[in-house]
Amino acid sequence: MPTLSLMPPEFSVLRDENKCIKCLACARQCGFDAQKYDAEDDRLYTIDANCVNCQRCVSICPVGALTIYKNPPPMRPNAYWSEGHLRNIIKQAETGGVLLTGMGNDQPFPSYFDRLLLNASQVTNPSIDPLREPMELRTYLGSRTEPVTLQEGQDEKTRTPLVPLETPIMFSAMSYGSISHEAFESLARAAKEFGTMFNTGEGGLPEDLYQYADHAVVQVASGRFGVHTGYLNAGRIIEIKIGQGAKPGIGGHLPGEKINAAVSATRMIPEGTDALSPAPHHDIYSIEDLKQLVFTLKEATRYQKPVSVKVSAVHNVAAIASGIARAGADIITVDGFRGGTGAAPTMIRDHVGIPIELAIAAVDQRLREEGIRNQVSLVAAGGFRSSADVVKAIALGADAVYIGTAALIALGCHLCQKCYTGKCSWGIATQDPYKTRRLNPEIGAERLYNLLRGWSHEIKEMLGGMGINSIESLRGNRLHLRGVGLNEVELKLLGVKHAGEAI
Amino acid sequence: MKKVYARPAYCMNCHLCEVNCIVAHSRSHDVFRAYKRENLRGTGRVIVEEKLPLSVAVQCRHCTDPACVAGCISGAMVKDPATGIVYCQEDKCVGCWTCVASCPFGAIRPGEKNGRPLPLKCDLCREEGEPACVAGCPNRALVFEERRAGA
Repeated sequence: MPTLSLMPPEFSVLRDENKCIKCLACARQCGFDAQKYDAEDDRLYTIDANCVNCQRCVSICPVGALTIYKNPPPMRPNAYWSEGHLRNIIKQAETGGVLLTGMGNDQPFPSYFDRLLLNASQVTNPSIDPLREPMELRTYLGSRTEPVTLQEGQDEKTRTPLVPLETPIMFSAMSYGSISHEAFESLARAAKEFGTMFNTGEGGLPEDLYQYADHAVVQVASGRFGVHTGYLNAGRIIEIKIGQGAKPGIGGHLPGEKINAAVSATRMIPEGTDALSPAPHHDIYSIEDLKQLVFTLKEATRYQKPVSVKVSAVHNVAAIASGIARAGADIITVDGFRGGTGAAPTMIRDHVGIPIELAIAAVDQRLREEGIRNQVSLVAAGGFRSSADVVKAIALGADAVYIGTAALIALGCHLCQKCYTGKCSWGIATQDPYKTRRLNPEIGAERLYNLLRGWSHEIKEMLGGMGINSIESLRGNRLHLRGVGLNEVELKLLGVKHAGEAI
Repeated sequence: MKKVYARPAYCMNCHLCEVNCIVAHSRSHDVFRAYKRENLRGTGRVIVEEKLPLSVAVQCRHCTDPACVAGCISGAMVKDPATGIVYCQEDKCVGCWTCVASCPFGAIRPGEKNGRPLPLKCDLCREEGEPACVAGCPNRALVFEERRAGA
């Protein structure tokens, strides 16, 4: 017997009847059954309890008649028992389940990007105007040769080719299945047009998108979905996914409802079955095991594809990265605790992992100290919100970054965090054919291209201000960073001086 | 001639083409006046046909040999020889609805203006360049372009 629900609606949808023309676009577009039309009474009404504040109705309304308000907290506000805690407890008291969520960690942990400032040239060295002088953003990913020494003997390591990027920004791993074909295609097209990479995630590459494979990082994850020789050889980079920033230490679960015929064919699993990715790779229980898989993949692709290993930023990330470099990987991808996801247990997403800024600094420092920094490129992921974040990450030691959430926002995502329901009103995190058609890949690719273009221009401006004409000169150049409001331990870990300190 | 073509793969059933059509064919060209004072709701000359998840906007095809023009008993419905646009000369129309019955696409509907019966049909927004439905489509599901015959 259902009992009284103690969960009050989080949002209220307000319709301005003076403006509403009853075109019903809101009712047709709401993905969560919050907007309803009663034909008998010719009346539009809302079911506030269903509203997730995805803003689809607000955006589509041709007369601006809708506003969504956040309701006041359902209980007495309290600095310790936050609204989030209370809602979670009520939800679990009613369902007995594990709390699920989507997108990245939204808790008020400190952001080190917001405590770092960049330098600029004044008087003693000239700044550069990127509109008048050449400015180089091209970045090469992969393993580089050893430094030249006076000793005889050749560098005999078989190296995979370097991969050029026209800007140090790539699109994060988001699998086909977790996102729609339309969203996936938008990312692929934009990556190709801009000359950067997109990442297939763990769900394989749909047959019709092999034309973009030259700009694909093809992922091999613990579920091995969609992995075959053709797939490995089609991609430009192969990535072994060990962990994901949003949910370090746990696997994945794509519900059977999202496995339609096309997803099933791409993932090579039966239609309608749940796609379960185990938490670990069951053939990798050590660095030595990882080395075997790295070289298996290299052998399978005749040493033509650099191999990346992606791990979450966790406590021992520097030592783990050192092991990955020694296991023969060409690229290390570190995903910070702000990284997004299509579905993760809320407690894991919000409480596991470490900030990406500290992870970049720690990994870069460790690899330098061990003299193996040249052997790998370091790619950072997890919560890059602007070009300034990208510049700061590169100054801390990253070679390039992945953007996922920012890319989705460019595609229309409004951060309602309901990806795990598969009901996405924006046609992104859904396989419902009524909704996926809302995202026209032509428009999606244009918007993503524009984002990359804008950020790349801004990076050039920032580089020019520092008097640098190449992104290479900024890489790991922490003297261009200063901390504000950071304590000594934080400054030491980041390897930066406090604002006000001179060189 | 340039015509409006639908791309059903991107039609998301928002019906905003109908809203834009109504506003473009209103006296005021203002969405609030068109709906609230001129009472034009439901008078779109483009209609989104639904068979969810599929939907597609249908409007006059401006046929080479239009059945509505051939059937018109008063000579009101004509095809402009210069532009190819099929339109109704409102002063000649007697409201017999032969055009409505003869259109093979169901693209003409009965309507009225100032109490007089008049057919509702697409005129490609005759004096305005790109038709309003195409200009306002949020997902580029409608395009206005030249295609070879039979396309």
